[in-house]
Amino acid sequence: MTLFHKVFPHPVLSLSLVVIWVLLVNTVTLNAVVFGAILGLVLPQLTRAYWPNAPRLRSPLRIAGYVLVVLWDIVVANVEVALIILFKPEAARRPNWVTIPLELRSPEAITVLAGTITMTPGTVSCDLAENGHAILVHCLHAPDPDAVRDQIKHRYERRLKEIFE
Amino acid sequence: MELWAEIVISALLVVAGFFGIVGSFGLVRLGDAMSRLHAPTKATTLGVGSVLIASMIYFFAADGTVSAHELMISLFLFLTAPITAHFIAKVHLHLHERPQSLPRPADDLEWAGFTAEAPTRGLRKPEPETPAD
Repeated sequence: MTLFHKVFPHPVLSLSLVVIWVLLVNTVTLNAVVFGAILGLVLPQLTRAYWPNAPRLRSPLRIAGYVLVVLWDIVVANVEVALIILFKPEAARRPNWVTIPLELRSPEAITVLAGTITMTPGTVSCDLAENGHAILVHCLHAPDPDAVRDQIKHRYERRLKEIFE
Repeated sequence: MELWAEIVISALLVVAGFFGIVGSFGLVRLGDAMSRLHAPTKATTLGVGSVLIASMIYFFAADGTVSAHELMISLFLFLTAPITAHFIAKVHLHLHERPQSLPRPADDLEWAGFTAEAPTRGLRKPEPETPAD
């Protein structure tokens, strides 16, 4: 292990902490950058015991594409859920549990996928299989659970696999 | 401020208010606990998102400054909202569901929430194995 990795166990995390601190202060001053750098030095050290393995980002540029896809889906799904809440009779609504088998193995990638599923309206991720190879999702209205599974696997998991693995 | 900015900001605020009220209405209307969990996650995405975009446009059009606080608010919302929803879903699983009432992850697997050791002090007392008579 090199000295650099001892001082910065998660270089990306350290850099994000500096950027986030400067953005929170909302002005770029030397003061803000120095304090951000202290945070970027101290916080990864304090939390390294809880995050032993650094995630490997294979193609970070695809993250931007993933964010755009998710933001677009959030807008579309918001409208769909609003229509369900406003106009669908309760008797016609089909809430459903869906099991999604995972090909992702990196814990960071699965966390991002679970967060994405929850933030896109109409689906909430609830639990993982005991070996982490499947995720339990609750759907607000899913007459066809297989379609939900295929959509999540195709739209999100495939892209995350390209980013992380 | 220019007219186009005022129109865009007003439209975004109306959209935000609409989705906020639909999210709250969903809490009242939806029938079961898990479905009600869906309603507030909606309000935080498009509802809060529209207010934040409106705020950024306002500061840009009125002062000519680019404000980053809105980006930070949405970042923290996207980090925290799924965790809150996950905790509520977990509590629901523990209180109201059994492994038999859920689809199985695979033939010989259980969901992690049901294989972990039951808490000795918690929301639910373990039911007695045999009825006392």
